[in-house]
Amino acid sequence: MNWLRNFVRPKIQAIVRKKDVPENLWETCSECGQMIFHRELEANLRVCPECGFHMRLHPEQRLKLLFDEGVYKRIELPEVPADPIKFRDKRRYSDRLRDAQNKTGEPDAIVVAHGRIGGINTVIAAFNFDFLGGSMGTAVGEGIVAAARLAVLQESPFVVVTSSGGARMQEGVLSLMQMARTTVAVEEVKEAGLPYIVVLTNPTTGGVTASFAMLGDLAIAEPGAIIGFAGARVIETTIRESLPEGFQRSEYLLEHGMLDLVVQRAELGNTLARVIGILSNRGPVGELVPIPRTETTPPRPD
Amino acid sequence: MQHFLDFEKPIAELEGMIEMLRHRTAGDGVNTSEEIAKLQAKVERLFRQIYAKLTPWQKVQVARHPQRPHFSNYLAELVTEWTPLAGDRLFGEDPAILGGLGRFRGRSVVVIGHEKGSDTDSRVRHNFGMARPEGYRKAQRLFQMADHFQLPVLTFVDTPGAYPGVDAEERGQAEAIARCVEAGLRLRVPFVSVVIGEGGSGGAIAIAAADTVLMLEHAIYSVISPEGCASILWRDGEEAKQASEALKLTAQDLLTLGLIDRIINEPLGGAHRQQRQVVNAVGNALDKELTRLAKLEGGVLRAHRREKFLEMGKKGLG
Repeated sequence: MNWLRNFVRPKIQAIVRKKDVPENLWETCSECGQMIFHRELEANLRVCPECGFHMRLHPEQRLKLLFDEGVYKRIELPEVPADPIKFRDKRRYSDRLRDAQNKTGEPDAIVVAHGRIGGINTVIAAFNFDFLGGSMGTAVGEGIVAAARLAVLQESPFVVVTSSGGARMQEGVLSLMQMARTTVAVEEVKEAGLPYIVVLTNPTTGGVTASFAMLGDLAIAEPGAIIGFAGARVIETTIRESLPEGFQRSEYLLEHGMLDLVVQRAELGNTLARVIGILSNRGPVGELVPIPRTETTPPRPD
Repeated sequence: MQHFLDFEKPIAELEGMIEMLRHRTAGDGVNTSEEIAKLQAKVERLFRQIYAKLTPWQKVQVARHPQRPHFSNYLAELVTEWTPLAGDRLFGEDPAILGGLGRFRGRSVVVIGHEKGSDTDSRVRHNFGMARPEGYRKAQRLFQMADHFQLPVLTFVDTPGAYPGVDAEERGQAEAIARCVEAGLRLRVPFVSVVIGEGGSGGAIAIAAADTVLMLEHAIYSVISPEGCASILWRDGEEAKQASEALKLTAQDLLTLGLIDRIINEPLGGAHRQQRQVVNAVGNALDKELTRLAKLEGGVLRAHRREKFLEMGKKGLG
């Protein structure tokens, strides 16, 4: 009955709750402070029309944006033991977990789906930052493993869209081990000769960056995303160093050779379709022209 | 000069008394040997009592004890013909991670480990065991060398964590760690890791995704420092003690969770009291593991290692 409580109930609650939210008609850009009417923001793919900052995108919206015609199929992820080390700080981790499930209507911080990108069947795993900061525990590890295996099974490219504060400390060393586990998972994709592409979005830090997120054949980031290992606050307070302009932003990483591309959200789908097409070694459907046969006799060797 | 931890105070007092009695014996000829023997028995009893049930927070202190043997101490005792190799061939040399070639009980091996340093100068030089990307890239290079020459790899883990600095970030700390984990998992040679002190998060697992992970009895291994965890979840760094309990960072907890493979017992009173003894115990455990793993073909080793890490997370404390 666990799945009823953990999965079905939050889903129902999420549907019911959606009806009573029209208070949030305006959203404030976290970057420039501009108030943006929600419809305008959605129409602009949640990119601030004022400063161009890429605000967080819900994983379902992300999938809709990236898959051809917004069509995809989600896969259900295997269940993992909830609260494996019986963690408790001021509150129980199991309570925090349930709250996050109720809030998001999702079992954990990762969503896995498959569909077509540029006509090529592709698997995407997308992080949900609203679920405990997109932190990686065993469930997220399981999601990456399941997604990677699906990609291998379907012989499709694998795309991960990250947004995570790092390892989920409420699962102790188990969450640390997900770094090794997810590394093995993406290695299987690479060994199968399939493209593994990482799309880094704001923010991606800690153990997620220090594992599968930095192991992509291609590393693509949205503009202005915070990407790094240590948090800026940790660096400032423990090391007492002042941070340079644009520190840990996508453009900074690009300049330091850590990324292949920084791509606007609106262009992300096309970019993925293009690189996946090239890496999968197939021309766009419809452009295949048969080689014309000409009746020529080969020159005879003298 | 022995450095005593807070909870070792009663022992410190007794040892002070023993010292005083010894002085008196030497000075005025009064025979106090019986008294000394009695006190020594008491010291031993106290050690047994205290160390049999160290709390996680006490273990954190023991694991960080300044006199605890560090990687260099193990190298000196266990590895002959030690030849440190420097540099990542990309940017620089990072003394927070030492690595190189040597012989361990007759075998040619590659040895890599975090070095914390033992006095102010060496601590600063080794950056307290907190590595920068160069350290992890040097480790990757040595992993690849080990694979190329078919040499088993031994790693010694003892770090508060990867260095959180601007320079480390700008040179790709996260990528360096990720590639290091990847390089270790790719090895087709026996790979044994031992956590000798602090296993600090990503900086630790970078060189510890091994076939066998051993851990000293009072070492710790954690996803975040108790202090860091407390300041985030309790919003109060002072709650580190509570965080250390919640994090399940002791060798005993990790063995139960199936995240490490074996615990190496420490001598009475912790590794810092009997350095030689603990170094030998670690040597014996490593020897045993290498002997076992040497029988397996490289591809099998890699497959088993990958399988082992893929399974992690399927079981909790129950």
